[in-house]
Amino acid sequence: MTKPVQVLDRVTIRFAGDSGDGMQLTGDRFTSETAAFGNDLSTLPDFPAEIRAPAGSIAGVSGFQLHFADHDILTPGDAPDVLVAMNPAALRANIGDLPKGATLIVNIDAFTARNLDKVGYAANPLEDGSLGDYAVHGVGLTSMTLEALKGFDISKKEAERAKNMFALGLMSWLYHRPTEATVAFLERKFAARPLIAKANVTAFKAGYNFGETTEVFAVSYEVKPAKLRPGTYRNISGNLALSYGLIAASQLSGLPLFLGAYPITPASDILHELSKHKAFGVRTFQAEDEIAGVGAALGAAFGGSLGVTTSSGPGIALKAETIGLAVSLELPLLVIDIQRSGPSTGMPTKTEQADLLQVMFGRNGEAPVPVVAACTPSDCFHAAVEAARIALKYRTPVVLLSDGYLANGSEPWLLPDVADLPEIPVAFATEPNHDGEFWPYLRDEATLARPWAVPGTPGLEHRIGGLEKADGTGNISYDPDNHDRMVRLRAAKVAGIAADIAPLEVDGQEGARLLVLGWGSTYGPIGAAIRLVRASGGKVAQAHLRHLNPFPANLGEVLRRYDKVLIPEMNLGQLRMLVRSQFLVDAIGLNRVRGLPFKAEELAGAIAGLLDEGVGT
Amino acid sequence: MTIGNGRGNGVAPVKLTAKDFKSDQEVRWCPGCGDYAILSAVQGFMPSLGIPRERIVFVSGIGCSSRFPYYMNTYGMHSIHGRAPAIATGLAVTRRDLSVWVITGDGDALSIGGNHLIHALRRNVNLKILLFNNQIYGLTKGQYSPTSERGKITKSTPMGSLDHPFNPVSVALGAEATFVARSIDSDRGHLTEVLRKAAAHRGTAFVEVYQNCNIFNDGAFDELKEADTRADHQIRLEHGQPIRFGADGEKGVRLTEEARVEIVDVADVGVEGLLVHDEHRKEPSLAFMLSRLAHSTHKPTPIGVFRDVDRPVYDELMAEQLEAAAAKQGRGDLAKLLYGGDTWRLG
Repeated sequence: MTKPVQVLDRVTIRFAGDSGDGMQLTGDRFTSETAAFGNDLSTLPDFPAEIRAPAGSIAGVSGFQLHFADHDILTPGDAPDVLVAMNPAALRANIGDLPKGATLIVNIDAFTARNLDKVGYAANPLEDGSLGDYAVHGVGLTSMTLEALKGFDISKKEAERAKNMFALGLMSWLYHRPTEATVAFLERKFAARPLIAKANVTAFKAGYNFGETTEVFAVSYEVKPAKLRPGTYRNISGNLALSYGLIAASQLSGLPLFLGAYPITPASDILHELSKHKAFGVRTFQAEDEIAGVGAALGAAFGGSLGVTTSSGPGIALKAETIGLAVSLELPLLVIDIQRSGPSTGMPTKTEQADLLQVMFGRNGEAPVPVVAACTPSDCFHAAVEAARIALKYRTPVVLLSDGYLANGSEPWLLPDVADLPEIPVAFATEPNHDGEFWPYLRDEATLARPWAVPGTPGLEHRIGGLEKADGTGNISYDPDNHDRMVRLRAAKVAGIAADIAPLEVDGQEGARLLVLGWGSTYGPIGAAIRLVRASGGKVAQAHLRHLNPFPANLGEVLRRYDKVLIPEMNLGQLRMLVRSQFLVDAIGLNRVRGLPFKAEELAGAIAGLLDEGVGT
Repeated sequence: MTIGNGRGNGVAPVKLTAKDFKSDQEVRWCPGCGDYAILSAVQGFMPSLGIPRERIVFVSGIGCSSRFPYYMNTYGMHSIHGRAPAIATGLAVTRRDLSVWVITGDGDALSIGGNHLIHALRRNVNLKILLFNNQIYGLTKGQYSPTSERGKITKSTPMGSLDHPFNPVSVALGAEATFVARSIDSDRGHLTEVLRKAAAHRGTAFVEVYQNCNIFNDGAFDELKEADTRADHQIRLEHGQPIRFGADGEKGVRLTEEARVEIVDVADVGVEGLLVHDEHRKEPSLAFMLSRLAHSTHKPTPIGVFRDVDRPVYDELMAEQLEAAAAKQGRGDLAKLLYGGDTWRLG
């Protein structure tokens, strides 16, 4: 008997379970199957900072949300259409996000009195009628996994652990996902333990077959492949794309890549990834602390490497003094901030974009630093190349901002042709530049960059440091006029980059009097919200900043074209403060600091509200 | 750019003189400062390395001593307080063709930069670290330092300092540095010999130099320096020799049956009863005990090379991993990397 198939244009699924239930792996595999099938997709992993929070507790719930569609999409979905809950804690932690009518797939085996009590359920919600608004499918995920693995010579605990693969198999059937790659993946992952590999594959297939035969599910669903731009795609997370971008920048510039880093969530994956690419000449240095990480990167830059340090907000605070030294030395340096919720330790695994003012101003003295921000997971690649280009051309530290949402989220990436990537030409100084002498601070007239003479170059021996330098010679100088000039020169050098970056593009609309301006990872949610507003007849324009310092040269002119400017940010109004102070534009803020990306609906509501207030009518 | 062995090698030796290492900058330490003697000794010793100036880099932190790079006609960086070992590490591991020297002081290396110092020492990166110890903060005008004796009366401790001092040699040995030595600013012959051995060492070499601050802590090392007292106060460590001192070698150091080191009269134990110094001893404990002989520079104090042992060098190991990866996987290919995951084609 074949079951009826219902065709959908998009679905959002959330897998939720205990930290130890393997939800991230389950989500990753479902994502890979979905990518291979050709849907557009966007993911949002959401997990606790604790590696092993108490089993069955709300604090220990780990989630993975995936939005996939037959058309191009911009966000991981506002609310799940389907929730897979592995235990009562997962249900309790996520039920509030579920819209009425959503589908709920629940592991009934985990709904024991003890587990229910642990999370404060007085009665079993599967039985007390409290889930009446949802389509609830109770499935014995644990017991059926154990049953499927009865003949295996493995412990009960090991067998139970495969229940996530049973769930994945069931979901793969329900949404017509291809399964071959997951089987191959499991065989690869457990190559050293063939019996465990076989058990996981068996559980996966048992879940798939259960879907096909059970009467619990009367229909299955199909989401047709999306019609995206032609080309070769792969699914990629922000941190992986960023790592590849750094390797690309190294290749494009011909400079060896050196990463100095101290482990910190959510940036550590860049250190992990780059440490695998020694064949590219990449040197990774796990430093004793954040300060040593940036210090070693700056030392490497002095020697002619592409010096990079990666961290998150707390680490960036520690690096501030060294970034100031790099401003003074005028050496290229990439400082990468994968932002997370603050202040202090904050919520390490949750996203935020509240480090903008820190990286703009968090140093002593007048210490301007160019700032570049990535806007989607795959965009982290291009943002890294651009940040490196600016650092190398202008001999300056550059901050690249990403955040936890981009770092761990993923999307299909239309792979660039390597031949089309921009060249990053770098020329070291090799000859004296002033009457037979070498002046380390004699600047290029166009870029105001100083010459980069690396140790080992005969005749160009020179000393640089954090003390103020005389314009030109670079000798120590306490001359008042010289200091004033040097402060202005450093500022002018950074400001001048505005002429070397793309002007801000506006996705306009005839008659729009409201501009929504964003930066960083709000790109997806803002874009989705704009679509919703336009679909219901609202007129609104959108622009998104890649460069936050300096701003694109046309930003002021763009802002003045509109009656109102709305700036949604996952902070309390940091870009808004910069825009107001630079352009005297009374921008309106929409600010959330919930550790989660904006929902398209809430943004659309805010935009519609402004339109209703009569913007431009 | 990565040839050589981290001692500036890879090019033919050059003949230079001390003058070649003097920069055109006016030296601005206080008249009478011990730093002048150290600078002169370093400039005088550099030509003996046979390394061209462009292959030599001096990196410093902040403090009086950290002005040093400005006066050397080599490449140099005057960085920020305490961070020179970290910055120099990044340079040394990426440029093994260079000879990288760190100049630091007792506050720079042992207070604000203590963490970087111990980690550089344990990693054994190819760095030569010279710590000028004057037991006082000079540049900030006279506060006690982490090597000042307890009870020190200074601007910040009018009733005497409370904290127990670091012995820099003990710290370095505790961090398992592979080369640890001590010398004195005014003893040019001894200092030059120690620097020569430090330069020849593979990996991190740590040299403490007792340096007189004649403004804020004058005379801290007088007993070790003055003609009439130094024979009784300098315990000169020499590899393979019994440890003896005193005008007529009448005193010495022995290892007791309880495994302690102590100062004895040679007349009591005989020369054969003295400890023979072995700087190549793998285990650092005996060197550490020697570093604990003196708890004050006003008492007999060992100088010379405490420890000089062979251990894998961090930057060599890193270079080997890069070569091994390239040999195994082939040189990195960007297109292969980007298109290497699970990909699919549309259109």
